[in-house]
Amino acid sequence: MDKEKLLQMYYEMVLIRRVEERGAELYQAGKIGGFMHLYIGQEAVSTGLIAAREPRDRVITAYRDHGVAINCGISANEVMAELLGKVTGTSKGKGGSMHMASVEKNMWGGHAIVGGHLPIAAGLALGDQYQGNDNVTICMFGDGATNIGYFHEALNVSMTWNLRVLWVCENNQYGMGTSVERASAVSEIRQKAEGYGMKNSRVDGMDVLAVYEAAKQAIDYVRSESKPYLLEAVTYRFRGHSMGDPERYRSQDEVKKWQDNDPIGIFRAALLKKKNITAAELDEIEARAEADTQKAVEFAEASPEPGMEELFKDVYVED
Amino acid sequence: MAETINMPKLGFDMAEGTLVRWLKKEGETVTKGEVLAEIETDKATVEVEASVSGVVRRLLVDEGAVVPVNTPIAIVGSADEAIDEQLSVAGGQSSVVSDQSSVSSEQSSVSSEQLSVSGAAASASAPDRQPAPAMEAAAPPAAGPVKASPLAKKMARERGLDLSQVRGSGPGGRIVRRDIEAALRTVDRGLQTVVSPSTVHRPPSAAEETVALTKLRQAIARRMAEAKSTVPHFYVTHEYKMDALMALRAQVNAYLPEEEKVSVNDFIIRAVALTLRQFPNLNASFAGDKVLRHGAVNIGVAVAVEGGLLTVVCKEADQKSLRQIAAEVKRMAAGARQGKVKPEDIEGSTFSISNLGMFDVENFAAIINPPEAAILAVGSARQVPVVEQGEIKVGWRMKATLSVDHRVSDGAEAAQFLQALAVYLEEPLRLLV
Amino acid sequence: MPRITMREAISQALWEEMERDPAVFILGEEVGVWGGTYAVTKGFYDHFGPQRVKDTPIAENAILGAAIGAAMVGLRPVAELMTINFAFSAMDYVVNQAPKLRYMFGGQFRIPLVIRAVGGGGRQLGATHSQTPDAVFAHFPGLKVVSPGTPEDAKGLLKTAIRSDDPVLFIEHATMYQVRGEVPEGEYLIPIGQSKVQRPGRDVTIVTYAKGLELSLKAADELAKEGIEVEIVDLRTLRPLDMGPVLESFKKTNRAVIVEEGWRSYGVGAEVAARIYEEAFDYADAPILRVAQKEVPLPYNRTLEQAALPQVPDITAAVKEVLK
Repeated sequence: MDKEKLLQMYYEMVLIRRVEERGAELYQAGKIGGFMHLYIGQEAVSTGLIAAREPRDRVITAYRDHGVAINCGISANEVMAELLGKVTGTSKGKGGSMHMASVEKNMWGGHAIVGGHLPIAAGLALGDQYQGNDNVTICMFGDGATNIGYFHEALNVSMTWNLRVLWVCENNQYGMGTSVERASAVSEIRQKAEGYGMKNSRVDGMDVLAVYEAAKQAIDYVRSESKPYLLEAVTYRFRGHSMGDPERYRSQDEVKKWQDNDPIGIFRAALLKKKNITAAELDEIEARAEADTQKAVEFAEASPEPGMEELFKDVYVED
Repeated sequence: MAETINMPKLGFDMAEGTLVRWLKKEGETVTKGEVLAEIETDKATVEVEASVSGVVRRLLVDEGAVVPVNTPIAIVGSADEAIDEQLSVAGGQSSVVSDQSSVSSEQSSVSSEQLSVSGAAASASAPDRQPAPAMEAAAPPAAGPVKASPLAKKMARERGLDLSQVRGSGPGGRIVRRDIEAALRTVDRGLQTVVSPSTVHRPPSAAEETVALTKLRQAIARRMAEAKSTVPHFYVTHEYKMDALMALRAQVNAYLPEEEKVSVNDFIIRAVALTLRQFPNLNASFAGDKVLRHGAVNIGVAVAVEGGLLTVVCKEADQKSLRQIAAEVKRMAAGARQGKVKPEDIEGSTFSISNLGMFDVENFAAIINPPEAAILAVGSARQVPVVEQGEIKVGWRMKATLSVDHRVSDGAEAAQFLQALAVYLEEPLRLLV
Repeated sequence: MPRITMREAISQALWEEMERDPAVFILGEEVGVWGGTYAVTKGFYDHFGPQRVKDTPIAENAILGAAIGAAMVGLRPVAELMTINFAFSAMDYVVNQAPKLRYMFGGQFRIPLVIRAVGGGGRQLGATHSQTPDAVFAHFPGLKVVSPGTPEDAKGLLKTAIRSDDPVLFIEHATMYQVRGEVPEGEYLIPIGQSKVQRPGRDVTIVTYAKGLELSLKAADELAKEGIEVEIVDLRTLRPLDMGPVLESFKKTNRAVIVEEGWRSYGVGAEVAARIYEEAFDYADAPILRVAQKEVPLPYNRTLEQAALPQVPDITAAVKEVLK
């Protein structure tokens, strides 16, 4: 990987972190409503994964989607505006935190029904297969989604129909407040692919470079073999499941242990080991991410609310 | 125990009354049946009688006040009893219905007895003629809402029918469309035994209702407001002897099949058309700096349609026979009522006639249909006592009022027109030749 | 005009649209090799091949999820649910995904999806396989719900549904595949969201659709012998609901009976009656009556099943009742 790409990945990870930290503040200030699920701690997964895709490869994810949106190239401005429910947001303020998408950026949405987007991902891949493309659909989901029927139906048809889907399970150890051990018959999620005869592997989701390498290989396999693949990224969310999570299900020690293993810190250390990257450069990137976050907040705050004409718009195409 | 006297409900559609005058002062004694106050409704002024004997303890409303039905207006009791209770009820009861309204129950018994009399007349006069029943005999308050289908209610509202006097044939006595239609046929035959046209259309409920204007209504509103505010109207009324015409019509109709029968109005259309030939100044339009006298005599005939009225035009009526006029107007009026009117049927009138005779109207004045110079408003042909050669006899009479644009014509010409019209109406054979 | 069955009409619509537009494809259980469990897609597999007539596992979530995904990227899938009862297994896609994805993402997506579902009772299939839950689906904005009652409408409406850029649930009644009717020659489309007077009359308005139309037409014939002329308005589309012809008819007859095969409570009849009362209250000359399924799960036993379903005598009785 060249330096420019590495620094871009670093910028994205820091930007996600800053945008979400500000998002949490705005949520507590009452400017963001509904559910908001923070990606803080998991930035390496999405960043490494999406850095490995071709622009024509599709991405679809669950409701923890702010980071994925930014990695796909959606601006911090649009993400923040959507959080504030403004018409300049990714979904004109009608989707909110859980529903960010951009067809232009090949980001097919954050989806809020656990597991519900997995069969849809199979459909995206089916569409590409039908049209004779070799695009790969990258479908991200949490460990919790692997216990629901959708997951199994989707994995089954993707294998049966030879669909180009890279299934990526972000195993952050908990489905809401229930640990993998308490909810899943196997703690190693990748094993679930075995039952469908699907190739699979597991990667350290706190190490963005490791995720990148694993994703690169998996995407190559999916594209060239026209077969699905399941990649399990082991990670951890530093914040609660959503805003207002009492976090009774895990200890402060456990959280502390993972926070010491911060993916941004790991990546920074790794970059500094490279001869051509300096601390000053990384500091400058962090300052830029900070400034861009501030601009995004200002943009979102200044943006207009959707007008009443939006209320009835887009229920149907043919209105 | 002191009694509270309420504003009586004097008719199904009365919502409020004006207390014109108190005939008793506070502290005066009153005996049951004695007149306590005078009340004015939108139909009549009536006297309210005391339903109990005693001392007038309190008059609760001032003279001139408009008071909703069933609102307490006075308290009558013995000289020294406490009336706090009644006062508190009265104070907290601005529009609450009281079931002690002896007057309204009296009213209901009267109107049910007088079904054969025109309802409007009965409402106004009944309280005068009927003694108030004893308190103990107080019947239940005037019957609850009339049970009728929404459609029946709408039709009755539009045609001014009093639903309380229509018999329902639907389940549980519900009044339905066929009952209204039957009642209307009765009205059209001129027999007013079952139903009574009422001129005041007010829903039985006092609640306000907002009704959006239809296109037709908007057009009428615009045109009539314009006519009434820009055209200086004056009115001249004439009474016609209709005996010959009524007799002739009966003779003519005896030879005609049902669907071709000729109406009084058809005679009038032809008579007016012929008269207008002699009065070209009234078959005209005011056009700013000149008067436009029209060559053709095209008579507009106002037709009541749902939610308004349309004027259908009998072109060159002075050239047409009575039967032609009758057939043409019948066809156009039916079309107008069904909303299937053709543009040429409602355009080009030079003079209009509005006839409310079928509704038992003695006389009225119409608003000119601009840009015409005049309009003739025709009342009912009715049998009335007339004096002929010093003797009182029964005769057919009909009144008609001409509204005229004063910018075009003057009173003398209008009066001469009406006189000339009498020649045709009173010697109707002229209309057949 | 040729007289063909409902089955042929639906089959023709699918065939013609697939020939016209290569983006149209069919997927579902037994649609391919088997030829469709109701034989609607018989011959399709051989002609169009396995990609365009795609057999799926018995997995409704996979079928509808994949259909939605494919629609999002520009295809025009026609997903077949072997019975509408199986829609409940994939309810999320029918009511919570397909109708919402466009709105929720600010208009970015189009979901040109048709879900063909076979519904209705009367075949002794027991309670879970005999339902007419059309009203349930018609509750959701973002979905269009169509249910034809004649071969002509079935063909014209299905073709329109396939060309629609919005998700359409197309409900076919299982006992009506043999119904014959005249169908125009050649290409024609019938717009979604237009009710139609299927039989003119002056005395009572019957509002109905699908199987109810078949029953109502029979009832109308019987009533005509007694001099009662009913006007039958066929809704054809349950959402968006076109009340125009219903109100026009009701303003003329002032009396209405609503006939549906689903349960009465919270049903199509409830909606239609409420709309009539809201929009034409002053024209009502009698209470509006509903003829619907008895409020029981449909039993297997034939006699009991027929007793639970609305029948022609129920309709004639209701018409006479509103005429009282």
